[in-house]
Amino acid sequence: MDNKQNQLPLWEVFIQGKNGNPHRHAGSIHASDKNMALQNARDIYTRRGEGRSIWVVKSDNIIASTLDEEGEFFDTTDDKVYRHPTFYKVPEGVKNM
Amino acid sequence: MTEEQKLEQFQARIDAEEKIEPKDWMPEEYRKALIRQMSQHAHSEVIGMQPEGNWALRAPTLRAKKILLAKIQDEGGHGLYLYSATETLGIDRDTMIEQLHEGKAKYSSVFNYPTLNWADIGAIGWLVDGAAIVNQISLQRTSFGSYSRAMIRICKEESFHQRQGYEIMTTMMNGTPEQKEMAQDAMNRWWAPALMMFGPPDNDSAHSKQSLKWKIKRESNDVLRQRFIDKTIDQAHFIGLEIPDKNIRFNKETEHWETSPLDWNEFKQVINGNGPCNHQRLNHHIKYHNEGNWVREAALAFAENEMKLETTTN
Amino acid sequence: MNTKDAVYNFCLRMADNNLISGQRLTEWCSRGPILEEDLAMTNLALDLFGQAESFFDYAASLNGNVKSADDLAFLRSERQYYNNLLVEQPNGDFAVTMMKQFLFSAFQKLMYEALTESNDDTIKGISTKALKEAKYHFRHSSEWVIRLGKGTKESHERVQLAINELWRFTTDMFEMNATDEELISTGISANLETIYGKWNFVVGEILKEATLAIPDAAKIIKGGCNGMHTEHLGHILTEMQYLQRAYPGATW
Repeated sequence: MDNKQNQLPLWEVFIQGKNGNPHRHAGSIHASDKNMALQNARDIYTRRGEGRSIWVVKSDNIIASTLDEEGEFFDTTDDKVYRHPTFYKVPEGVKNM
Repeated sequence: MTEEQKLEQFQARIDAEEKIEPKDWMPEEYRKALIRQMSQHAHSEVIGMQPEGNWALRAPTLRAKKILLAKIQDEGGHGLYLYSATETLGIDRDTMIEQLHEGKAKYSSVFNYPTLNWADIGAIGWLVDGAAIVNQISLQRTSFGSYSRAMIRICKEESFHQRQGYEIMTTMMNGTPEQKEMAQDAMNRWWAPALMMFGPPDNDSAHSKQSLKWKIKRESNDVLRQRFIDKTIDQAHFIGLEIPDKNIRFNKETEHWETSPLDWNEFKQVINGNGPCNHQRLNHHIKYHNEGNWVREAALAFAENEMKLETTTN
Repeated sequence: MNTKDAVYNFCLRMADNNLISGQRLTEWCSRGPILEEDLAMTNLALDLFGQAESFFDYAASLNGNVKSADDLAFLRSERQYYNNLLVEQPNGDFAVTMMKQFLFSAFQKLMYEALTESNDDTIKGISTKALKEAKYHFRHSSEWVIRLGKGTKESHERVQLAINELWRFTTDMFEMNATDEELISTGISANLETIYGKWNFVVGEILKEATLAIPDAAKIIKGGCNGMHTEHLGHILTEMQYLQRAYPGATW
């Protein structure tokens, strides 16, 4: 029979390593439902105590920007230097700002 | 932009040590080469579970049992990381498995040799994983982002594999005469296959040049092989194991060990399906993949029904 | 029976259950229905081996004639093993394995819950840690039982067949002997009759959700806690103990 009829859907796995840290992409797994996805993610990506919280999301639901869009998306912020604190002069003698 | 300009820009990114990401433009040949190498790498990890699994039920102590099982699990995990990374190139795991079953995708020929005594588990960890890690450390700098990230994770996890293998060999070389005999026997059988894991000599390697140019591979087969030989011979001698090659000689000028040429005819035979365990390994994989069919179907049917229920109750 | 002997016997029973169950799960290595499940089953087995080792270590510390946990695992014969009959049954297909795992982990979870109140500090300590693992095992296996029960016609039939086959071995888990009498009276272990009542409820709820029928089988087979086994255990031990038996005294 055709194997492809029963491949389980792909999910992306995000792991929070420590309390207070952001969830970071760890990789992906296959699973049929959300319970299985969570458990598979746990069994595969936290075998060495790497996690304390897991997010899983179906890969289909991730929308990614492409390199072609890099210019219009991101280069446009290059000249907005006023968003960075180093842009501003602070009088000498003022501390801790 | 013309194809040629795109290609030039692509090569410029590679030369500047930029990582290529899945959605970036890439030459079709680059994508194909990656799929070939990465899926082969993934299949090797997964098929590699079998020769070690052959001893999982017979590990001699509780400690050895846990270590071996955790190690085999890592191989499965690494296969999985690599399948995931390859899937970002637009090929799904089932297609890769289909290619494996049809003989279109290869796996490392080293796993077509049998594990005949407990020291083989030591030899696999020390020599086979040892050779693999030399290659994998180099691949951490591969140009494809998903592959590089998988390699970094794998290298971190694999660092215990080689040590545990060497520990088994050391314990056996310090043991009874029978244990020493087993250890030397394993050494004799795994030495050449481990060296062949780096692939044919540079002059005969079909895909090497282009792979190096695209930085899919970072160092040549022979360079990596020599690095492994130099490390391993000293480790063998340290615990009293003999290298099964009468011609080994340390060249003081080059500061490298010299070894006999390998039997590349045997290598080609084994790669082409004629090794002692090729049929066994592949048939095992096919059998259990197919036996899992009804489970996967059930899981999918269940998920579909639950979805329907959720939408009607909402 | 004095308390020390009873604790020793009890630790062997707990260790043997975990060891044999882990050994059976290890048989699935490289044979799982998906790679992810292969790794999941290995995780279960590793937890069980860890629990086995803890109980063996404690048992070995109580008996001057026993050198190590490994001696207990690798040098005892069938009649000296006290695991329950369920865990030694062959794996069959994935449905049989998951059903076996489900019935056993429901028992383990309840047992460890009770043992977190044990008057024996070591048993209490081991059980508190093991309970977390048993809860996960129960969750993992009960979800699979439900998935298979409500999946396809084929999976439903297979998992119903599985419980039909295994149900006959379940009362054996709750058989008690002089060991239990001593440990119940000293507040070290739990009354298995109480556990049995809870187990029936917990298992019944999941089976109901999985649309599976509880078989109407005579439940007379027992003996595990007294070293009376089915023919399967001997083969498991033969394979597992091979190196230790073939090369006595060697260090591995």
